[in-house]
Amino acid sequence: MAMSQIKEESAPAASAEFESAVSVKNITKNYGDVEALRDMSLEFPRGQLTSLLGPSGCGKTTLLKIIAGLLEPTSGTVEVGGKEVTDPGPDRAFVFQDFALLPWASVIRNVAFGLEMRGVAASEREAIAEKYIKDVGLAGFENAYPHELSGGMRQRVGLARALSVDADVLLMDEPFSAVDEQTRRKFQEDLLALVQNENKTFLFVTHSIEEAVYVSDQIAILLPRPSRVSEIIRPSSFRNKGVDNIRRDPEYLDIVDEIWASLRSYVE
Amino acid sequence: MILFGYRLPGMSSLLVWGLLWEIVGQSGLTFFVPPLSEVTATLFSIIGTAAFQKALFETAYAFLVGVASAILIGIPVGILMGKSRLLDELLLPWVNVFLSAPLTALVPVLMVLFGFGMKSIIITTALFAIWIIILNSRAGVRQINRSLVEMAHSFGASPVDAFFKIYFWAALPEILGGVRIGIIRAVKGVIIGQLLISIVGFGALFELYSANFLMGHFWAVLIVLFALAFTISEFLAYLERRVAYYAAKR
Amino acid sequence: MQNRALLLKLLSAVLLFGAWEIAGRVPVSFAFPTFLESMAALVRMTLDGTMLTAYAETLKPLAIGVAISAFLGIAIGLWVGLSKFFDWLFSPIFIVMQAAPLAALIPLLVLAYGIGLTSKVLVVCIMAMPVIVLNTSGAVRNTPESYKEMGRSFLASDLSILVRIIIPAASPVIFAGLRLGISAGFIGAILSELKITPTGVGDIITYSRSIADYPSMYAAIFSIILLAVLFLNLLEKIELALFKGNERGYVSD
Ligand SMILES: Nc1ncnc2c1ncn2[C@@H]1O[C@H](COP(=O)(O)OP(=O)(O)OP(=O)(O)O)[C@@H](O)[C@H]1O
Ligand SMILES: [Mg+2]
Repeated sequence: MAMSQIKEESAPAASAEFESAVSVKNITKNYGDVEALRDMSLEFPRGQLTSLLGPSGCGKTTLLKIIAGLLEPTSGTVEVGGKEVTDPGPDRAFVFQDFALLPWASVIRNVAFGLEMRGVAASEREAIAEKYIKDVGLAGFENAYPHELSGGMRQRVGLARALSVDADVLLMDEPFSAVDEQTRRKFQEDLLALVQNENKTFLFVTHSIEEAVYVSDQIAILLPRPSRVSEIIRPSSFRNKGVDNIRRDPEYLDIVDEIWASLRSYVE
Repeated sequence: MILFGYRLPGMSSLLVWGLLWEIVGQSGLTFFVPPLSEVTATLFSIIGTAAFQKALFETAYAFLVGVASAILIGIPVGILMGKSRLLDELLLPWVNVFLSAPLTALVPVLMVLFGFGMKSIIITTALFAIWIIILNSRAGVRQINRSLVEMAHSFGASPVDAFFKIYFWAALPEILGGVRIGIIRAVKGVIIGQLLISIVGFGALFELYSANFLMGHFWAVLIVLFALAFTISEFLAYLERRVAYYAAKR
Repeated sequence: MQNRALLLKLLSAVLLFGAWEIAGRVPVSFAFPTFLESMAALVRMTLDGTMLTAYAETLKPLAIGVAISAFLGIAIGLWVGLSKFFDWLFSPIFIVMQAAPLAALIPLLVLAYGIGLTSKVLVVCIMAMPVIVLNTSGAVRNTPESYKEMGRSFLASDLSILVRIIIPAASPVIFAGLRLGISAGFIGAILSELKITPTGVGDIITYSRSIADYPSMYAAIFSIILLAVLFLNLLEKIELALFKGNERGYVSD
């Protein structure tokens, strides 16, 4: 299996055509002796959704946390909107893999947490939070507590919290992993609409090849630890054929097969 | 704690506190705190004396007998409570009451019933230890995974086999946890008993030292007691960690 | 279901008190009054006001000691939990204190501070404080990393991470530590009344023992145990109501 080749899928050079919202430059990250990321570079085009796909433990969460400013890389830099990242900032919002909801706070207070930290007045932030709670389909659960919700519902609270702060870059760590298949499909469609309508940049981690191909403008395939980018795939032809037709599109099916073919060797 | 890139061991700050003690003692700030060096010297001089060894022996005896009875009664009672609903409902309220009750208040009763001697101290020690041992053994049995029990049944294990090969091991982490806390409580119980019934063991020694204002002696005995208590508790924690590896995965 | 539980509770009370009554009637010892005699003494002392004055006296060092231990204990616990340096410096002291039979310090405290209120308050403090400090610092240290990361990623300041995330996350364990501290404080308060000077309830116990009025002695002991158990149970109920659904964890004992 050829390593580290960058392959363009029926699209001309990406970096020339798109402006990068986030650029990761030569990031290395070691946890003690464990080398999680090695010399990784990757561009995330503005207004588009980029998926990170790779085997478990390859460093996807680590990369996302470095971009969020929660972790410091051992070497290398991350730029968001042209500025180097050192700390968390208002331009980025994070959807946590383990939700990170405050168990003593109601749904609405959890969703409003980010706004509260930005000093938004109580009545205003509750109005905003309510809107996003409705958007993720949790209307009526505003005053419930996280332990009263199912896993999928909790994840939607985390999603609403990240959306409510209106950040330019959304860092989503397996945001749909705990929702049921039907809701997941609904969310994927919603996500596509969101990418279309809002000029936001999405960084999306998933384990599902189909999901990655379905929602992404760009898919980065990561190698097992120490992780680097092995391939970048840019599906192009089916994006504007309507959400209902994507799963039947030959290019969609080809890309899914192709990704599976290249990842298969790491599973076996 | 990392200092100049060198990792300081966990309990090393006690050296700093020992140094502080020495300085306060040397400064003569207060009569009640003689320098640590003096206390240490006293410690070595009294450790061989007959009075000290008698106190240590009496305390160890009361402690061991008290703890042994608490364990021998507590574990079976706890296991029975975990297995029998009726017994559980009858006993649990009282176990909880005595677990949080200030047992010190019972010492005067023990004194009038069992006399001013060893017997009362042993019972005090056992009373301090037993309730948590019962409660934890009960909890250990109750959390045993049903499918483990069913597995034993399906392979035709006899009740005795099931008890010793499955229940005991499955409940062991909780039981050991209870025994550890029980023993730490027993250390406190044996000293409280001796303080109130102050003609035995260290109680008598404390009486003697404070009547004669022998501060160095007093602190020396305290250091021995605290060090022993701490060693016992750390040793038990170590034992508990040895079974903890499977505690979370049952 | 509800009925069965209540019935069994009553039954177990009847069994225990019945056994006490029978043992008192046999009698197993000249110093073992019956349950009914003891309860009669309890009612008598409650009605003539003896109990009230005694408890006013007993609860004073307990309340002062617990208040000081709670305030100082939580403050030190937060500090130790937040700073690696203070953790290194102070934790060993409290770990040793927690394992050690601190009651042995009482004769020394009496020598240094006399037989008054100060000594008794100090006894309550040394008994109650270690578990409060250790529970607080442990809970603060164990705040799930993901909560703190979440706070940072949504731009919470260090202060709001402490006030909005760390303290609420730690409060069930802190509260449990307070309850355990109060439980130990009761032991300290009674111990100091029996060992230092007989006042309050300790006085009733000591005096009635000296004149062989055993029903009064048992009544006083019964009342203090009852009071402590009821109060601690109430605290536990409050705890359950307050932190319903919260993740719970206890630093053992
Ligand atoms: N705090 C840490 N300390 C030490 N090693 C860590 C730490 N966090 C992550 N690692 C290691 O770094 C590697 C990458 O972890 P990361 O969580 O980024 O993986 P991931 O790709 O998100 O995996 P998954 O898909 O299972 O969520 C893992 O092999 C893990 O062992
Ligand atoms: Mg991950």
